[in-house]
Amino acid sequence: MTKDLPGKGFTRRGALQLFGAAGLMSATALSGTRALAANADPKGQIVLSFSQEPTVFNPLMPHIEVDEGVYYAIFDTLIDFDENGEFFPLLAAEVPTVENGGISEDGLTWKVTLKDGVTWHDGTPFTAEDVKFSLELPMNPDFISFRSTGYELMRNITVLSPTEITWEMTAPFAPMGAILASTFIIPKHAFDGVEDPNTAPFNNAPIGTGAFKWKERMAGDHIELVANPDYHGDGPYIETLIIKYIPDLNVMYTQFKSGDVDVIGLQYISPDHLEEAQTLDGKTVQVMGRATFESIGFNNMRPVFQDPAVRQALYLAVDKTSIIDALYYGVPTPTETYMPQQSFYYNPDLPKHEFNIEKANALLDEAGWVMGGDGVREKDGVRLEFTNSTTAGNHLREQAQQFIQQTFAEIGAKMEIKNLPPAVMWGDYWMNSEFDSVVVGLSTLSGADPDSSDYWMSTKIPAKGGSGQNTMAYANPKVDELLTEAANLFVPEDRKPLYMEQQKIMREDLPFLPLFQYAVVAGWKEGVEGPTQNVNNRIGTWNVRSWKWTS
Amino acid sequence: MLRYLSGRLGQSLILLFIVSLIGFFVLSLAPGGPLSQFALSPGMTQEQMDRVAEQMGLNRPIIVQYFDWLTSMLAGDWGTSYRDQQPVLTIIADHLFATMLLMGTATAIAVTVGTTVGIWSAVRRGSVFDYTTTVLAMVALSIPTFWFGLIAIYIFSLELGWLPAGNMYTVGDGSIGDYAVHLILPALVLALVDVAVWSRYMRTATLNVINQDFVRTARAKGLPNRRILFKHIVGNALVPMITLAGLQLPVVLGGALVTETVFTWPGMGRLFLDSLGYSDYPVVMGLLMASAMLVLIGNLAADLIVAVVDPRVRLS
Repeated sequence: MTKDLPGKGFTRRGALQLFGAAGLMSATALSGTRALAANADPKGQIVLSFSQEPTVFNPLMPHIEVDEGVYYAIFDTLIDFDENGEFFPLLAAEVPTVENGGISEDGLTWKVTLKDGVTWHDGTPFTAEDVKFSLELPMNPDFISFRSTGYELMRNITVLSPTEITWEMTAPFAPMGAILASTFIIPKHAFDGVEDPNTAPFNNAPIGTGAFKWKERMAGDHIELVANPDYHGDGPYIETLIIKYIPDLNVMYTQFKSGDVDVIGLQYISPDHLEEAQTLDGKTVQVMGRATFESIGFNNMRPVFQDPAVRQALYLAVDKTSIIDALYYGVPTPTETYMPQQSFYYNPDLPKHEFNIEKANALLDEAGWVMGGDGVREKDGVRLEFTNSTTAGNHLREQAQQFIQQTFAEIGAKMEIKNLPPAVMWGDYWMNSEFDSVVVGLSTLSGADPDSSDYWMSTKIPAKGGSGQNTMAYANPKVDELLTEAANLFVPEDRKPLYMEQQKIMREDLPFLPLFQYAVVAGWKEGVEGPTQNVNNRIGTWNVRSWKWTS
Repeated sequence: MLRYLSGRLGQSLILLFIVSLIGFFVLSLAPGGPLSQFALSPGMTQEQMDRVAEQMGLNRPIIVQYFDWLTSMLAGDWGTSYRDQQPVLTIIADHLFATMLLMGTATAIAVTVGTTVGIWSAVRRGSVFDYTTTVLAMVALSIPTFWFGLIAIYIFSLELGWLPAGNMYTVGDGSIGDYAVHLILPALVLALVDVAVWSRYMRTATLNVINQDFVRTARAKGLPNRRILFKHIVGNALVPMITLAGLQLPVVLGGALVTETVFTWPGMGRLFLDSLGYSDYPVVMGLLMASAMLVLIGNLAADLIVAVVDPRVRLS
């Protein structure tokens, strides 16, 4: 049933865009540190529910979003993103930057200093050897690993001392910080003498350095974690964390209402329950933005989309408000850009969309698109006709498509719906720009970094031989210029005007018609403190170490 | 007898082979495939997908995959999950207890209540009781379990607060009483439909026996009604129920897809649904083969038992 949720599927693709290549600049922009808090006195139990079951407990093996919900409790990364998109250190003593010598000027040499005195849950001291092991395992040919992006560029990973590690990069790689922020460090000693790392006992009884220790798992039901009293950072503040698997969203919501669930996690409260949920006694319900934006994306190589008047007229013919309110219960926020509204780089002054069929028709008339006898406009032999595709089976999107199809027909544009199963849709059909237009949820940033070169630069079009994600084949020399320049500036205040300008140009060009920014409806019992919106991480448990009961 | 058994066994093996063949190839036709769940992950590249496909052996022709799976299976290795690399048998074993507990309880209730109701309806054919149970059975068979389960939760958990809204036990408790309290709603919801089924079958079977000559003879001999009912009628009417019970075996161990979902019961039914969702074919195939075996075993056992208890039936 979770399959019907808006954004499922495509949003993950979006989240990954984290890793588009950017200038070496953003690597040096890592900054921010956090003071250590005194260890807490953990009290009470929190039951957190997910609508999918976490079953992969080795974070370096192929896994899905929900598995990461457990990793944040058990493991630590070297550094992570906070809710403002700034890095903070976890196992690292400080975030490596150019200023503190953690990253060399050319971005090719990294050195990370680790916290001293950290131990694994089994009492073994944590050292740089564990970090080396965790950074090397993904490239082990015998290991079924989650990904190789970033790791494949690392060379000569060297342990200088138990708390110091250094490596070289074969090329500057801006999103390396984002890679580190999603690399959970696992214990080397758990793999000593293990023949096949894919079946190591560790994989089902994980040992971490995190705020919570593995206690037990009841397959198909729940995972029980207990406070790690020796946690090296802030927290934990609760004694027991139960991660409960509830496969149906209605049932999950019911158990939230009945009090069996304290915090409702992925896939959250379904939007149709929002209104009721907000009236529940003793519950806090909050709409949290996500980094993903929904749009009608054009294949900008198609003749029919060459005329700016067509793209503008189509945008005028989208009844955005009705789609958001009627189909999505008003949960998502209308947007005019790809940049999340929580971002420092978001341009709030873009022209607001209006739904105006008359104006759209006038615009097309003026541009010379003549209405044909069958109600479809035509200009210079090009009919205003195209297909639109998305994941088959995503009911909300399919309804949105039908809605858009109707209003488009009113301006003489014929949109034929051609939906495909996910594996087909997001395979070559998408990557090689074989579509006319799509409805898609994307997150185009590089983690918390605003860089989206991979999506909007004309050199990143896979269908034209570029290595990137610019499947909409958008090309504007001015945007290329702005993105390149912004990726080579270090100070956020200097970069901001460039991204503002670039968003403005894209709002004029309309390579895609922006619909809305996704949001989820999170909820928890009154008295729980901690769950915090963070568009920079994939799942809500990113700060579970500091969740607590205040009453 | 031995020849009969070996014949049945041979048939069963051929059937299992056909089931596995169809199952494997139908699954391989489904769009998506096991790796599509990773395709949208951050930093995933086509090279990495190809590498994982090769490690899991997914890049080989489907025929080769099938025979590899088959030979392992014959050697007792049911494979490992694509989703979490766990052995399939371990995964199935992890979910077996929950299903046996729920389905065992529900079936016990259904058989006891169902046969009693069925006998009573048959004996009092045409009575108010008979008509009432007939109508109720039709209603029970028509109610969608999903809806019924949610209504039961709404009434007994949310409104009245008498029973938990799902789950098999309270984490941290897990006493027998705790399990029992959690078992009530899902077991009753499941039993409801089964009671209807069993009562209808039992009613028909009883009616078949009631009109037989030997019952008339017993009556003519002046045997007390109670003795006729329990010794002559019920005893004989239960024989076809053995076959029904044999057919129930895979159901009992296969789990209830819907009920387990509504009551967040960690059983085989949900494992099957989840595995399908993840295109985790080794687990799906494991469950398919297990239930195919149970169908065959259940049938064989039923036939053997019928032959033992009913002297009219001879295996040949």
